[in-house]
Amino acid sequence: MDLFFSLALQILYGIANLALISLGLAIVFGMMRVINLAHGEFIMLGGYTVVVATNNGVNLWFAMLILAPLVVGLIGLIVERCLIQWLYGRMIDTLLATWGLSLLFIGIITSIFGASTSTVVSPPLGTVTIGEYTSSGYELFLIFVVIVLLALVYLTLKFTSLGLVARATMQNSDMSACLGISTSKIYMVTFSLGAAVSGLAGGLLAPITGVLPNIGVIYIAKAFITVISGGSAILAGTTSASVLLGGVNGIMSYITGPTFGEVALLFTAIILLRLMPTGITGRFFRKSQ
Amino acid sequence: MRLYGTFNGTLVIAGLAIIFTLIAPSVFQFFTIITLTQVIGLSILALSLALVWGFGGILCFGQSAFFGIGAYAYSVAAVNIGGSTGSIFIAILAAAIFAAILGYFIFYGKVSDVYLAVITLTVSLILYSLMRRTSGPEYKIGKALLGGFNGTGSPPLNMPGDGSAMLFPMQTFYVSMAILIIAYVFTGWLVTTKFGRVCVSIRENEVRTELLGYDTRLYKLCLFSISSGIAGLGGVLFCVGVTRVTPDVFSLGQSALAIIWVIVGGRMTLIGPILATFVLYFLTSSLGSQQIFNANLVLGIILVVFVLIVPNGVVPTIMNWFERRRAKRYARQKERRMKLRKHRAIG
Repeated sequence: MDLFFSLALQILYGIANLALISLGLAIVFGMMRVINLAHGEFIMLGGYTVVVATNNGVNLWFAMLILAPLVVGLIGLIVERCLIQWLYGRMIDTLLATWGLSLLFIGIITSIFGASTSTVVSPPLGTVTIGEYTSSGYELFLIFVVIVLLALVYLTLKFTSLGLVARATMQNSDMSACLGISTSKIYMVTFSLGAAVSGLAGGLLAPITGVLPNIGVIYIAKAFITVISGGSAILAGTTSASVLLGGVNGIMSYITGPTFGEVALLFTAIILLRLMPTGITGRFFRKSQ
Repeated sequence: MRLYGTFNGTLVIAGLAIIFTLIAPSVFQFFTIITLTQVIGLSILALSLALVWGFGGILCFGQSAFFGIGAYAYSVAAVNIGGSTGSIFIAILAAAIFAAILGYFIFYGKVSDVYLAVITLTVSLILYSLMRRTSGPEYKIGKALLGGFNGTGSPPLNMPGDGSAMLFPMQTFYVSMAILIIAYVFTGWLVTTKFGRVCVSIRENEVRTELLGYDTRLYKLCLFSISSGIAGLGGVLFCVGVTRVTPDVFSLGQSALAIIWVIVGGRMTLIGPILATFVLYFLTSSLGSQQIFNANLVLGIILVVFVLIVPNGVVPTIMNWFERRRAKRYARQKERRMKLRKHRAIG
């Protein structure tokens, strides 16, 4: 029984982790149909923000929860104004340009901080005991944060005027523009918000994984597979795909060890896309956000 | 702009490449010749991407997955069999078959091109993290240890039929150049056949091609497999040049490089990406020796600038410029002739 709870917690954490790293990408992809290949680097920048801030004596919680999303959101704003806004509607060019951006960020960070791991901040919470098994309290905290984050996105989309305008733009940008909505401004805000969420993810994961200039690679594959399997709906897509893929990954990792967990994840995703080319939300939950 | 090249042009360039092969040993240092073998492998990767992306319109971001599979398959096979000739074919087949299976899911699922890009990239990254974890002694295929992060050794090429007669670096260079030229002529020929032209028409308008009665899924799948086989061949030459294969062949950087070569060289040509590989390789390796400009930084800037400013690539831009000049000159001559005729008529 204890084993079951411990395993369930582990899988739940895997799901939360997947949702956390893909949410920023899902927001940008769902709203703007832009696949941001620099997503992993936004996460990496969030991590570096936390490391630099704590090294300069800033409170860790403040750095993780406020500073990281703020800084990366600002970077996202600059990127959108300088680069992405010229490439709307040219999906493949956007892919390539953001890929160049990703290499650029890796290059800049390597030049500044060097290629090795910067000071790792230790996970700030103790352990939780379930029977004879122990689990990290920080992982529980992350699960909680992800739930709050998903709820926030839902409430923003559903009950604020920004959410209403954003949903309208998402459904039909030409019609929204005719009704006097500045879609360009909406895209700008969305991209920055997506970047901010990625930055938050990076900040929160920094104590667990440490930071490296090319750490984005670890996240990017999983984030893409989750978002594409989920389809275009931001919340329902991310959640359903995270649950499915995170579950498969967790169970396979438990059975065979971590080596084949990711392979199983990918394999599930490819078969899923053969059956549902537009993702889970292209087939089910069509009315959802 | 022409939609597909002519075969004569391909043969002319192949002739130039043969001349380059013959004079290279007397021009370059021995070390450069050894490096060139690696670069030839990489340029075949660029060629395969130019084929699948430029002529089939299939944007495969993870072309290095097939490149890496070719390299690993060759290394494992050559260690187990003890000869390189059969292993090369095993490598090509392994890459092509893997691509065929993956391609079945992608093309028959009618996954759109942007998803395709991301899926192929993800496959490559997952292979990267998978191969990095194979470091224990339990991960081996036959006699070949996979070696995890450090990778596995790649035996050098040898004379066909005689496993103990290793080729010298200079001979390896000749063989590699020969393989590159054969691969280039083969792809140049392929795009002028009916099959190639159907692929070009799929790139231009898939729905219309389908309505004309072609099974576009099958054509794309075939092109994808062929190009992946070529990428696998590139992987063989690369790992022979480096003498080992590490999981880095699957890394994001490797995939990005292939894309950059093709973009810079020009995706509608086959020779452009090959040339871009050689030029950019020596550019980045000379950057690698100093600290101020990180190689990633430079590659990132190159990619962004080319996407925004020169989206067609260098070779097509130059070709268009020449063609426009020729057209202008022709128009001027024609005008002059018309004037002359008018004068005569009046006179």
